[in-house]
Amino acid sequence: MKKQGGEIGKRRTAGILLLAAGAVFMAVGIYRGEMATVFIKAVNICLECIGIG
Amino acid sequence: MRTSDQGRQGPAAMQNGAGRRQTENNRSAGRGGKKKGNRLRLFVQLCFTALTNGYAAGFANTTIYAGDLKHFCVPGLSCYSCPGAFGACPLGSLQAVLGSRNFNFSFYIVGFLMAVGALMGRFVCGWLCPFGLVQDLLYRIPFVKKFRRLPGDRWLRYLKYVILVGFVIVLPMTVVDIIGQGSPWFCKYICPSGTLMAGIPLVAGDPGLQEAAGGLFLWKVAVLAVLVLLSVVVYRPFCRYLCPLGAMYGVFNPVSLCRLQVDREICTKCGVCQKTCGMDIPVWEKPASMECIRCGDCVKACPHGAIRLTGPADLIRRGGAVGNAGTGGAVESSAGSVGDRH
Repeated sequence: MKKQGGEIGKRRTAGILLLAAGAVFMAVGIYRGEMATVFIKAVNICLECIGIG
Repeated sequence: MRTSDQGRQGPAAMQNGAGRRQTENNRSAGRGGKKKGNRLRLFVQLCFTALTNGYAAGFANTTIYAGDLKHFCVPGLSCYSCPGAFGACPLGSLQAVLGSRNFNFSFYIVGFLMAVGALMGRFVCGWLCPFGLVQDLLYRIPFVKKFRRLPGDRWLRYLKYVILVGFVIVLPMTVVDIIGQGSPWFCKYICPSGTLMAGIPLVAGDPGLQEAAGGLFLWKVAVLAVLVLLSVVVYRPFCRYLCPLGAMYGVFNPVSLCRLQVDREICTKCGVCQKTCGMDIPVWEKPASMECIRCGDCVKACPHGAIRLTGPADLIRRGGAVGNAGTGGAVESSAGSVGDRH
């Protein structure tokens, strides 16, 4: 039972660390200017996405 | 003398006097509870879809939203060329950044996927994805026979990982044009959400696009049509076999803060959870399965109340304590190792 609790604790810790790492990655991406690339793509009709090519 | 049902029940259930009648009563309550759970999930799905794809002016004018919200990604598979879309699709955005000349890796999108995955795992698929909602609604259509899985199910489930690596990551990065720009291969050749929510409305409302539509458009409509038909007879075929976004979130299922937990002292391994599960997962054995979309149907259906869907709120409430889930028994999130597969 203790072993199971320990495993659950490790998984939760991994989840929290990944969440934090994700936030850091997002901050780095925003700093690098990736949001602008996403924005430009998103505000123009993507002809590939709608099957026009 | 033991009946066959008593033989299937574990010691805990028998000690509690949980005979066949009580089990049936619980199952009835479970079915009623399942209906309420289904209604809540449907309500959340509808609301979230309206929130992320509710730009009505886009549909009315056959145009797309071009405001500042498009800097941000939505968690589900929602094409940014959908006339109603307020946000950006994470998969389309990932391919756009990987295929651009300026970046070889997207910290922003990968970070977003990591954060959402670590927080929710495939809860997104079960509660927040618009195309998941479409498949859920299609499955409600009555049909002469419904199938629990397609032939070759075991191997087909790996196909979504092949699509993720090949069509979402490798091809956009490596197959580039003369100026070094890649194409969004998944969006271009496969994505049915883009066809349904963006391609068809835009082409239907714009004569210029109608003239330009050719073989590629017909291919994408054909892919959509096959998935729509399959969704009537098999639960969520796209999510099971093809969706690269679900594949990505599924990797986080074993460690996500939102997760299923099975109380091993109460669980009798009766298998009702698997029979109820639309994704055909043995929940009692693999509650952290990478295939699980956290719909919660098994939680409602369990006749012994052995399954819980926990979230970040539980983590805060218990101060990060592990073990007790309020049932007084041992709580286990998975019988296997991290990343256990269905």
